[in-house]
Amino acid sequence: MMAFWLLLTIFVLSCFIGYFVVWGVTPALHSPLMSVSNAISGIIVVGALTTAGFAENNISVLLGLFAVFLAAVNIFGGFAVSQRMLAMFKKKEKK
Amino acid sequence: MPLSLLPAVWIFSGVLFIAAIRGLASPQSARGGNILGILGMATAVAFTIFIPGIKQQFWILTALLLGGIGGIYFALRVKMASLPQMIAVLNGLGGLAAVFIALAEIINGSTAYLDNVLGLIIGALTFSGSMVAFAKLQGLLSSRPLIFPFWRLLNLLLILTILVLTTVFLLCPERELFYVLGVLGFLFGIMFILPVGGADMPIVISILNACSGWAAVGIGFSFGNVLLIVTGSIVGASGAILSYVMVKAMNRSLIKVLFGETGSESGATGVTAHQQARAGSPRDAAYLMENAAKIIIVPGYGMAAAGAQHILQKMARDLRELYDVDVKFAIHPVAGRMPGHMNVLLAEANVPYEDVFALEDINQEFATADIAYVIGANDITNPAAKTDHSSPLFGMPVFDVGKAKTVFFVKRSLGSGYSGVENPLFFAENTIMLYGDAKQITGEIVRVLEQK
Repeated sequence: MMAFWLLLTIFVLSCFIGYFVVWGVTPALHSPLMSVSNAISGIIVVGALTTAGFAENNISVLLGLFAVFLAAVNIFGGFAVSQRMLAMFKKKEKK
Repeated sequence: MPLSLLPAVWIFSGVLFIAAIRGLASPQSARGGNILGILGMATAVAFTIFIPGIKQQFWILTALLLGGIGGIYFALRVKMASLPQMIAVLNGLGGLAAVFIALAEIINGSTAYLDNVLGLIIGALTFSGSMVAFAKLQGLLSSRPLIFPFWRLLNLLLILTILVLTTVFLLCPERELFYVLGVLGFLFGIMFILPVGGADMPIVISILNACSGWAAVGIGFSFGNVLLIVTGSIVGASGAILSYVMVKAMNRSLIKVLFGETGSESGATGVTAHQQARAGSPRDAAYLMENAAKIIIVPGYGMAAAGAQHILQKMARDLRELYDVDVKFAIHPVAGRMPGHMNVLLAEANVPYEDVFALEDINQEFATADIAYVIGANDITNPAAKTDHSSPLFGMPVFDVGKAKTVFFVKRSLGSGYSGVENPLFFAENTIMLYGDAKQITGEIVRVLEQK
């Protein structure tokens, strides 16, 4: 029970951090914000990895491996498309 | 790698993720932030794979590799105009991953019922909703709202059913009920996104983005994993804030988007004929522009749909370099098909970001501008949003383009925007209409400008 309240505290505080950090993002970069958040939400891969690596039955292992695959698409795709977008935002060339 | 060190890894990665989002505060720090995000992710994954006792390492690495190749392939191939589709797919895959993990955990005998059921349902609706959004954006489904009989009632019933069955499952955790809830979650995503019109897609994508984060939070609770909870809630907050920004910019409400009349039924296109709009030629426009001191360009999605961003950049550059005109771009939050889309499209066309301004930063400058060049946009310039209480647009923030000495509208016809509301600005004394394709008209202006 204690553990649950601890996690809930972390959850609520993280929401506040998210709120303030995200309002600080310039509107010009709202598209990269979405792709970066896609990429970091791929952290769900950590759950997928432990499921695939510790499950006792084959179905769970297989489902876990599928989840690893999907999360990897998110991670690599999200970071790569963000990098591509951000590289386009250039300063004025000095004459 | 002793297990006791893992929490240190979670703190390290969590801080780097926050830094990655923080970096997006400005274009200069954004790329560095992205690298920090990659570093945080690599650290978390690397340490998790080598937790003592973990099995299947070969297959895990194979799955990571295959997913990585697929993700990078799409990321490098996707056209920037199709960015919303890619984000929709990524949101959906994140949701599906949560579904698989929740299923695997329950099948494996996990007793974290509430956490897994949350991950399952939110993940499932994120996946199916994102697929519908993708199909609409890609044109596979009509972007008109697809309404089925009694859809409001059916959707409400579905919510109630899910709530009741979830309660039953928590009291008496039968595995079959868990599967049923998963199926209902998929159904929920489909039924809720089908009736939403294409014009509301920026809101829908933002909501689904948030959901993919909340699904991760559910899974995080089930594992008691702090990093998943922290990251998921930041992603959830980000999607929620973007939804709010979009809803505000469109003067809509979440309830209206999901339950109300949808915004893309452009029925009333009839423009009253007694008013006379003045038409001009690209040549006239070019001459006026050459002699202007300050020009503000207002691009809308029509500009991007016509693929005119590169020629538009050329026009701005010529005006600046050949005629010493001060040229700025003004971007409305809903100018593209997802938050910030227009900024990316202009950046891709080599428009320096210092020349691109947000609504609230540039709106007062129209009064000092000689020319407002509105291209492929309509509703976001409609003064009725400020003056006409009966207009559906009333309350929506708009550009005061009418305050510029001369306003050019590049449009195919006098037709109204997606809202179906007529724009009185077309008939204003200082407005000149340039009828035709956005790319072609701008191209002709550039030709005249470069003749000297």
